[in-house]
Amino acid sequence: MSALLEMAGVRKTYATGAVAVEALRGVDLTVDEGDFVAIVGPSGSGKSTLMHIIGCLDVPTQGRYALGGEDVSSMTEAQLADVRNRRIGFVFQQFNLLPSMTAERNVALPLMYAGVPRAERAQRAREALERVGLGDRTHHRPGELSGGQQQRVSVARALVTNPTLILADEPTGNLDSRSTTDVLGLFHALHDAGRTIVLITHEAEVAAEARRVVRITDGLLTEETPAHAAGAPVAKGGTP
Amino acid sequence: MSWAETFRIAAEALLGRRMRSLLTMLGILIGIAAVMLTVGLGEGARLEITREINRLGSNLLIVMPGSTSGSSPLAGATSLTMDDARTLADPSVAPDIAGVAPMMSTRANVQHDAERTTTTVTGTTTDWESVRSRNLVDGRFFTASEYASSEQVVVLGPSTAAALFGDTPPVGGAVVVNGQAFTVVGVLEAVGANALSNDDDLVVLPMTTMAQRLAPPATARTLSAIYVAATDDASISAAHQQISRALVVNHGTTSADQDFSIMTFQALMTAMNTMTGVLTTLLGGLAGISLVVGGIGVMNIMLVSVSERVREIGLRKALGATPALIRRQFLVEAGILGLLGGALGVALGLVGAAILTPALGIEVAVSLPATLLALAVSLTIGLVAGVYPASRAAKLAPIDALRSE
Repeated sequence: MSALLEMAGVRKTYATGAVAVEALRGVDLTVDEGDFVAIVGPSGSGKSTLMHIIGCLDVPTQGRYALGGEDVSSMTEAQLADVRNRRIGFVFQQFNLLPSMTAERNVALPLMYAGVPRAERAQRAREALERVGLGDRTHHRPGELSGGQQQRVSVARALVTNPTLILADEPTGNLDSRSTTDVLGLFHALHDAGRTIVLITHEAEVAAEARRVVRITDGLLTEETPAHAAGAPVAKGGTP
Repeated sequence: MSWAETFRIAAEALLGRRMRSLLTMLGILIGIAAVMLTVGLGEGARLEITREINRLGSNLLIVMPGSTSGSSPLAGATSLTMDDARTLADPSVAPDIAGVAPMMSTRANVQHDAERTTTTVTGTTTDWESVRSRNLVDGRFFTASEYASSEQVVVLGPSTAAALFGDTPPVGGAVVVNGQAFTVVGVLEAVGANALSNDDDLVVLPMTTMAQRLAPPATARTLSAIYVAATDDASISAAHQQISRALVVNHGTTSADQDFSIMTFQALMTAMNTMTGVLTTLLGGLAGISLVVGGIGVMNIMLVSVSERVREIGLRKALGATPALIRRQFLVEAGILGLLGGALGVALGLVGAAILTPALGIEVAVSLPATLLALAVSLTIGLVAGVYPASRAAKLAPIDALRSE
């Protein structure tokens, strides 16, 4: 399998006031195509910063990052916007759906920035909604949907462009256990269909769903053996 | 993303906040309406003055006896003579003069049967008709041969004719002026009264007849005024100089103690236009300030809108919107606010013009170019007001935008 995501020596420093905070202190990470990787870590570990850089929402202060063979570490904002549009499907903790638009138009939004004609956009948005099991909710607004349904809409939005990478940032953080199972089931289905998924979470149970788990602590990565692959219990220290 | 798409999103955003959009437009709306009305009123007044002057003859100069600058204005009250009129009519002396109408006027009693009236009786030459640009509704003006042989014929002003003859046709009828019998040969077309004179209530007759029959002997040889028509509007100042030079020579005076004065309607028109122009600019400028205030209102609301929609902007950027597209989005929104405000302002201005025109008695002139200009100005104001908020939105970092709750 070829590497979809390659990160070498990535550092990110924020200047907050007089103090410079180093959120990432030399991260090396390679994610192969078709992989399902969970990035775990407590808050303040640099997890969000890593997610922003993987998602091309921010650029590293130092180091190299290539996505699908394209070096994105020195791109302009407009070029980054294009890469995000073509290559990445985002799933956010807060869903980030536009409340005034129907589910169908929310899902079609990235296609608009890709320059897809309107009729085709609607068609593809409906197909994506059917794939997440919301074929009958296309004309509902986010306010008329449950949290789990809203997150499924945003998953549909993430996959409607056929992106190389689906990047989920705490996708189950705002969901009850039933909806969590629902959404994780969707990720498994997408993974089985050959999608590459990077999932950022602080919940060990969620991370356990992934094929590979990477832990971030104080801006540095350590590889972990997934609990289920090793046949060990899911929660650390939770078993007798 | 297509422009149509940008417009659709902008329209949705504005319709989603209908009340606020309307209130935002109000400043520009009122500003445009106010500018339209003040400028329209000024333009209407200018047109009115121009019409009035053109009616009197914009190429007309009036030479009057007596100096306006000398120490004793009455000193030269009898200075103008037929000699002067003949000099001015000579093309080699005054090439820019097209016509000369010397006038000898007096108040007199005019009578037809039992009807009598007192009016201005003017003796003049046949040129009077063209110099004063008058037309006849009935009959004809007196002829050169009637002038030469001092025939007792008169031409009546329309008011005078109506007063004396009522419904009977006056042409061919007889009138008595100061005891002398005259035949009516024509009736002038009405031009309306103005501040200077009532040009509809008068009796016109050959000056030769006037001098022989009606004028008191002491004034039989002096003119009360000479009306001079310049060849066109552009040659008025040339004609003015030629008259001045010729009469100074005729009277043997110098230009410092000249015993006549020359008045032009064009000078009057220029003065009045300058005055209305200044007033219009002043009032229009005041109204223009409200446009600027309206623009600031648009900028203010756009800034509020940007900070309210930080999450939306962040999401759009995450999904692939470039900074340029975000900027365009907000610029179009501000532009629509400006243009729509301007369009509503034009509508209000048109309604206001329709109400004010009859109420004030002065036409509020609304022209198509001025209307288009108003729309262009309001669009520009909207766009300019949108530049800063739009670039703020474009510069938002997607992560900061997504993070904000």
